[in-house]
Amino acid sequence: MVIDASPPIALETTLSKCPTGILGLDELTGGGLPKGRPTLVCGGPGCGKTVFGLEFLVRGATVYDEPGVFVTFEERPEELARNVASLGWDLAGLEAGGRLVIEYVQVERSEIEETGEYDLEGLFIRLGAAVDAIGAKRMVLDTIESLFSALPNEMILRSELRRLFRWTKDKGLTTIITGERGENTLTRHGLEEYVSDCVVDLSVRVKSDIATRRLRIIKYRGTLHGTNDYPFLIGSNGFSVLPITSIGLDYETSSARVPTGIARLDAMLGGQGYFQGSSVLITGTAGTGKTSLAMAFARETCAKGGRCLYFAFEEAVSQIIRNMASIGMDLGRWVEAGLLKFHAARPTTFGMEMHLLTMYNLVKEFEPQAVIIDPISNLSSVGNEDEVKSVLTRFVDYLKGLGATTMFTDLTSSKSYGEYTETSISSLMDTWILLRNIENSGERNRALFVLKSRGMDHSNQVREFVLSDQGLQLADAYLGPDGMLMGSARVSQQARDREDTARRARELSDKKRSFEARRALLESQMAVLRQNLALMDEEMAVAESETKAQGEALAKTRDDMAKIRKAD
Amino acid sequence: MIDNADAPAPVKTEEAGIYWSLRLYVAGQTPKSLAAFANLKKICAEHLKGRFEIEVIDLQENPHLARQDNIIAIPTLIRKLPEPVRKIIGTLVNTERVLVGLEIRELPANPGQPSGDGRG
Repeated sequence: MVIDASPPIALETTLSKCPTGILGLDELTGGGLPKGRPTLVCGGPGCGKTVFGLEFLVRGATVYDEPGVFVTFEERPEELARNVASLGWDLAGLEAGGRLVIEYVQVERSEIEETGEYDLEGLFIRLGAAVDAIGAKRMVLDTIESLFSALPNEMILRSELRRLFRWTKDKGLTTIITGERGENTLTRHGLEEYVSDCVVDLSVRVKSDIATRRLRIIKYRGTLHGTNDYPFLIGSNGFSVLPITSIGLDYETSSARVPTGIARLDAMLGGQGYFQGSSVLITGTAGTGKTSLAMAFARETCAKGGRCLYFAFEEAVSQIIRNMASIGMDLGRWVEAGLLKFHAARPTTFGMEMHLLTMYNLVKEFEPQAVIIDPISNLSSVGNEDEVKSVLTRFVDYLKGLGATTMFTDLTSSKSYGEYTETSISSLMDTWILLRNIENSGERNRALFVLKSRGMDHSNQVREFVLSDQGLQLADAYLGPDGMLMGSARVSQQARDREDTARRARELSDKKRSFEARRALLESQMAVLRQNLALMDEEMAVAESETKAQGEALAKTRDDMAKIRKAD
Repeated sequence: MIDNADAPAPVKTEEAGIYWSLRLYVAGQTPKSLAAFANLKKICAEHLKGRFEIEVIDLQENPHLARQDNIIAIPTLIRKLPEPVRKIIGTLVNTERVLVGLEIRELPANPGQPSGDGRG
């Protein structure tokens, strides 16, 4: 949508633009309205034509140093000032400061009689005087069609209008001409035939009892522009046009981590929690603890000194605080400290775009580190899936651009059960945590899965999510022969396990004792045998020495005998 | 004296004492401005003898004066007095319409001028 900064066209032929300062419109038109040329803004009654024109002048006077003239044919200046005071525009102050002139051209047919030729030189002189008085660069004619009812001679009027638009171009005035929508034409009196450079159409569309304002650039000669119907709002800061297409994917990515508020969940997410500035989606059926999980994150953010903005679309603030107190979370403390801010509203109060704008404004004002929307599924009651998705996409992009961590909760119906989002936004999310109620042996227990978590080594394990007055805990889900056990089944299984362990220990020590007894027995037997062996050895030695002595005695006797016999 | 349309006959004498204060807005010496001034002078001379004053305001010289009488078209004739203020735009070529617009009636004090003279 934005025109290339260095177009291959010669500089003189490129249309120079006059920034309107209207949020979103300058992006759409690639810089603003055609400079020094008239632009037609048409629409039915109550479409915001006057506000559009006034904002163009107010922004011009305050932001772009371009004073302006507002020519009002219908509303009195004091009415005008009163009407826009709620938008924070001080018209009287701008007038006093020489930045704005409100020229009231009152036209009432009843008091004008016509005879002979005339021209609108009087109007020209008045406009010229007003423009010269402040050196105006911008002008708004709201709405010049009133002249058609005031002046009887349409032919003169038309030629004079043509002269007027030529005059504004000669003067180099960037002009907005407002016109009421006609039956089959853009304007009732065919003003579009005089204004050929840029035509902006404003309308209000009512769908499911919710009105959305729409802006469309019907024509913008010589420039690229968005051609869609863009929703716009008149909020407390004036006009904002919201491009459907996302703001862009060029934000910086942080690798800093933020704790989740639950130590074991941190561990599941690579040990450190979410990425700062990432988007986190928590889905689950009713009563699975989505809000509690989100609040744990809110509390953790506040405890670390960060600011957290919480959009509650389902519960009243006092109710959330009371409920969270029941699981040991004191949130009132952070609200008082100004770190936690709640914004509770029914989704049906406004249209989708109004919600987005409210959220934008609150975020801009509060500059939170974490933003929680609880739940986004409720928003689908005001818009269809596409609308909700587009709004959320833009909001996520916006927050990512700011580096704020976003957390959405989404209530899924129990029928769809699981990996499904009501508003099909899961692809936008960096981390997706699924909470599920698991019914087993007569009770329901909460299970927590990390379905995805971009850019980190996350756990694939199922954990039991336990809410108690001690706070939030994650417990290992017990995987036994009967499948996964949770809750009391898990507790009893754990008790059985403990018993088993004790029994096995007992058995082991019994066995050990009996082994030792047998060992002692064997050892004592071995001692006896060794003793016998020693005895045997001794006897053997005695027998040997006896035999030897006998032999020697025999030999001696033989010698003695030989000596006696005097043998030779 | 304002509501003289309902009962024309009795107010005629009253009208004779009314002073007419007219203001003609022009922008420079354009043919249209000159024509309007000439036509106005003629009408006044014929129908308001000695009981009128014409103030000509040239907006090219005094542009800020356009605001006070809310002037859009040029030339514009304003009847300041008698009240209420009346406005006629154009070169005032049609005397009858000017007379109607200014609510000027024939004076009975001038019998030499037949009724209807100068009209059309």
